[in-house]
Amino acid sequence: MLEYIHKIREIAADLLEKKEVEMVIGFRKGTVPMMNEPTFVNRPEDITALAWDSHCGINLANYLPNRKERIAIIAKGCDSRNIVTHIIENKIQREQLVIIGVPCKGMVDRQLIMNRSEGEVLKALEDDDNIIVRGHGFEKRFRKTEVLQKNCEICIHRNPILYDKLVADKVEEKADMDRYEDIRPIETMDPKEKLDFFDKILESCIRCYACRNACPLCYCPTCFVDEHRPQWVGKSQDSTDIRIFHFLRAYHCAGRCTDCGACERACPVGIPVRLLTKKLEKDCLELFQWEAGMTIDIRPPLDTYKPGDSDNFIK
Amino acid sequence: MAPVMKFIRIDKENWERDLQKLRRSFRLIGPVKADQDCLFKTLGEGEFPDFNFLNTRLSLKSLVLPQSENMFEYSLDQSREDCHILKEVKRNPTQCVVFGIRPCDAFAFLLVKPNFDTPEHEDPYWKQAYGAITLVGLACDTPCSTCFCTSAGCGPYHEEGLDVLLVPADDHYLAKAITEKGKHLLKAVDWDTETAPGVAEKEIEARRLAAEKRITSFISTDHLKEKVTIDLYDAPFWEDVAFSCINCGICTYVCPTCWCFDIQDETRGKSGRRMRNWDSCMYPLFTLHASGHNPRGMKIQRVRQRFMHKLKYYVDKYNNGIQCVGCGRCIRLCPVNIDIRRVGELMNNYKPIA
Ligand code: SF4
Ligand code: SF4
Ligand code: SF4
Ligand code: SF4
Repeated sequence: MLEYIHKIREIAADLLEKKEVEMVIGFRKGTVPMMNEPTFVNRPEDITALAWDSHCGINLANYLPNRKERIAIIAKGCDSRNIVTHIIENKIQREQLVIIGVPCKGMVDRQLIMNRSEGEVLKALEDDDNIIVRGHGFEKRFRKTEVLQKNCEICIHRNPILYDKLVADKVEEKADMDRYEDIRPIETMDPKEKLDFFDKILESCIRCYACRNACPLCYCPTCFVDEHRPQWVGKSQDSTDIRIFHFLRAYHCAGRCTDCGACERACPVGIPVRLLTKKLEKDCLELFQWEAGMTIDIRPPLDTYKPGDSDNFIK
Repeated sequence: MAPVMKFIRIDKENWERDLQKLRRSFRLIGPVKADQDCLFKTLGEGEFPDFNFLNTRLSLKSLVLPQSENMFEYSLDQSREDCHILKEVKRNPTQCVVFGIRPCDAFAFLLVKPNFDTPEHEDPYWKQAYGAITLVGLACDTPCSTCFCTSAGCGPYHEEGLDVLLVPADDHYLAKAITEKGKHLLKAVDWDTETAPGVAEKEIEARRLAAEKRITSFISTDHLKEKVTIDLYDAPFWEDVAFSCINCGICTYVCPTCWCFDIQDETRGKSGRRMRNWDSCMYPLFTLHASGHNPRGMKIQRVRQRFMHKLKYYVDKYNNGIQCVGCGRCIRLCPVNIDIRRVGELMNNYKPIA
């Protein structure tokens, strides 16, 4: 995946030189190991600032809403699906965008690697299949497939859905996998068990809203938790308020979430917030045969009505 | 000058027994291994601080400034005489001893003090809570690569802010009382085995220098004071700095020196409480006026505020260095890799185009 960068830079420089776009949104090399920073480049001479490796898990679609420029954006499978969602929801116009598609081989879970290393990771290198980390007195090699982000491990749309350029041949998609292994046991819990389970996973939430703010779907001018006239949700560490924030946010993502994992990746205390959004993703798949971000031609199930919809209450 | 305090030797074999003794009169707080991290928590019966950790993700500021704290209670019941009367929540903070706080985190309390406890203004909640803790700091021999305390006014063996400095050695600890509180604590456990004059001092001095050498990352601050505020404010680099920011609360919530809070009333039935909760300059609601106008309505303004406050306004106002102890948490935890060292560099080196 490292070699993608040459092609990315070539395409991006060309677009800037020909003035087809005013800016390119991508990543620059991070200041700490296993991190890259979303950035933009607007001059061809700065193109070498762009970087690409297995630590580009942030969803760049998050940087599009309401921008007015003509933009080239680097998009993995999930980013492209969130771009589709933005287009449908009118947060950006298709004509504004040149989508530089990246057939993705999965992003790695930085926290997992840190947890499995014998000390602080001071340097991380990678080749096609491995991540090699070094620290004081140790070197450790991980197969990428062992340390993928949880969502990447079960991703079935690694190739961009919507793109104008592709930086490499498409990769093979994974098939025949149970994406909802972790959801099924929760579904079978009784209400009390569910409540306890959710309280347990949300116990250490500090309400920093990084999960929300890292999510491309959460672009509301004022989020419901920030409404204050009237105020709907309390602002303290009260567990009911924390729960409401998470549950409602998840519902707002129903039929829109691409399981890009940006929310979970951003969380400073390791809360598995995707468990909530995945349940709704599963429901949308089962009830409406719907996967978010696969086409710009069909409105998502939650903002349309079809006579064949499974729920009877509306008929 | 205060008299130079002696180093006291505490044998590790008696450590648990001694802590047990201390437990009778104090609540003990210390680092404990959790799933992915080490957390500071109250040590239960049979629990002892685990000193084998890099710095914790969350700072210890919540000990003194809890994320949510009740200040007043009131009744809305018209039939009661005290209806609508705010009553201060009685607090009687238990005396507690924190073992293993890093020198940077302890120093942070001194940086925030001018905001909570001055001759003119006093925040009773903060002051009481701060008064009730005794900080036994762990000399820091294992800094992270993102720690830059030595260029942020403190360091791995920094004493200011601590009550006791604790330095682990092979089969013992060396402890030095820094404050009266610290002395009192050592006395309470009968930790009084003085080391031979000069020896421990020399050893600690050498270890301090070695530890300081292990700090490999820095922030540049030497020109901040002379910069013209409005020049920095108008600098063109903010657009680049702010681009990736998602305006979450991580950097401010994990920061030991971020002190902002928001006051809220919550009622339920006929009773209510007035409380304060952490707030963050990264949030759009932070500066929203009642009129609907928001002087920091855009992300770029909020990002600029965080850095200007820490690296310029604080510097100018208190003449006390930057509002940052270099713990590196915001760097390690920012989900999009915004790095205060990089921003400090930009600010410190900035020259406006004439
Ligand atoms: S909810 Fe999480 S997984 Fe879903 S689109 Fe948002 S950031 Fe991605
Ligand atoms: S990112 Fe994590 S800690 Fe922050 S609000 Fe979301 S779940 Fe809570
Ligand atoms: S600097 Fe980083 S941690 Fe702070 S608000 Fe921005 S994205 Fe969040
Ligand atoms: S600004 Fe960052 S490095 Fe400085 S004290 Fe706060 S969290 Fe630590």
